[in-house]
Amino acid sequence: MLQADRRDFLKLAGMAGVTFTAGLFPSRHASAQAGGDFHFVQFSDTHWGYKGPANPDAEHTLEKAIATVNALPQQPDFIVFTGDLTHTTEDPKERRARMKHVREIIGGLKVRDIRFMPGEHDAALDKGEAYREFFGDTHYTFDHKGVHFIALDNVSDPGAKLGDEQLAWLAADLKQHKSDDRIVVMTHRPLFDLRPSWDWTTADGAKAIDLLMPYQNVVVFYGHIHQENHHMTGHIAHHAAKSLVFPQATPGPNAPPRRPPPPPYDASQKNLGTRDIEMGKTVTFVELPVAKA
Amino acid sequence: MNRRSFIALLIAGSATRGVARLDAATTKEVEVMAEKFDFTPDTVKAKVGQPLTFVLTSIDRIHGFKMPDFGIRTDIVPGEERRVTIMPTKTGSFAFFCDVFCGDGHEEMGGTLIVEA
Repeated sequence: MLQADRRDFLKLAGMAGVTFTAGLFPSRHASAQAGGDFHFVQFSDTHWGYKGPANPDAEHTLEKAIATVNALPQQPDFIVFTGDLTHTTEDPKERRARMKHVREIIGGLKVRDIRFMPGEHDAALDKGEAYREFFGDTHYTFDHKGVHFIALDNVSDPGAKLGDEQLAWLAADLKQHKSDDRIVVMTHRPLFDLRPSWDWTTADGAKAIDLLMPYQNVVVFYGHIHQENHHMTGHIAHHAAKSLVFPQATPGPNAPPRRPPPPPYDASQKNLGTRDIEMGKTVTFVELPVAKA
Repeated sequence: MNRRSFIALLIAGSATRGVARLDAATTKEVEVMAEKFDFTPDTVKAKVGQPLTFVLTSIDRIHGFKMPDFGIRTDIVPGEERRVTIMPTKTGSFAFFCDVFCGDGHEEMGGTLIVEA
């Protein structure tokens, strides 16, 4: 199904939100890259185990989102989870129980190729030990149809750092690529200073951006802030995804110095969801609701 | 440098940053204790032009203390005293918070510095 047809179908089926198109790969020439177009879906911040007024339906929200993605007319090539799969707990046994449970729920996805990343709720209290038992490495790369994907871990260090070792690994990986290769970076926290006084940053994220800057076709997808956000650092686009538990306050110019609590629960769950990302001549994405309208 | 005493000297960089002259006669000190998931006190007052030293301790685990508007951060280690000094140069409310993930409740662990004329 062609890209436009697929989006039209999503709209007709009441499954598509706003379509966002940006010149994310401005230097990409249609014939210059190997591989065809494809799409993948981003889930983020499921916070399995959360119980609270910000989402009284938290126990079912992930399952609804999985049903919605399973109903897509064309299944994505793969699915990524950009962190905070579980809500934090200081009990290592309970942490593992939550990871086991969320892994079982995610097993309900039709798509079998699933890529995970940790959030601080999963990994910061034990430096990723339990996470690795259930979901594997916290940072890695893979290639898909001519696109190089890099998953970065900016949460296993409780101080929200990538760390020198991972930055050296990133530098070595990037050196193997040409400056016009298509690169997608996935992280949990923003790599740039989105709102430092709300701790919406990565302590050494600027070093990663410096390493990426020589590459012309880079886009970053991340989570953590529980809402859409679109930001450019030079030619590199950064896109935050909605969560599947509750939205966070918006960091507008009149926002208070300390991050306010989440807004009251909206039973429509329109401020939650996943994202369907189309990798074509440009990168286009559609916000998917938790449940079909 | 005294191991138990860490003093952050701020250098100019933004409207709220300035050089903290360590003048014992004029520097205000405030003790702030960190404990999951609170700072006590969580509201601190300061005056424009008067250096302020936070004397930081933790009674349970390593926490962080970060004030992005002033370009400072430090770990707070149990059994040690950490001191950071700032120079308020404009009025307003500014956040400080723990930036070392410390558990369920970490995200609410913060406070406010109110700078008055």
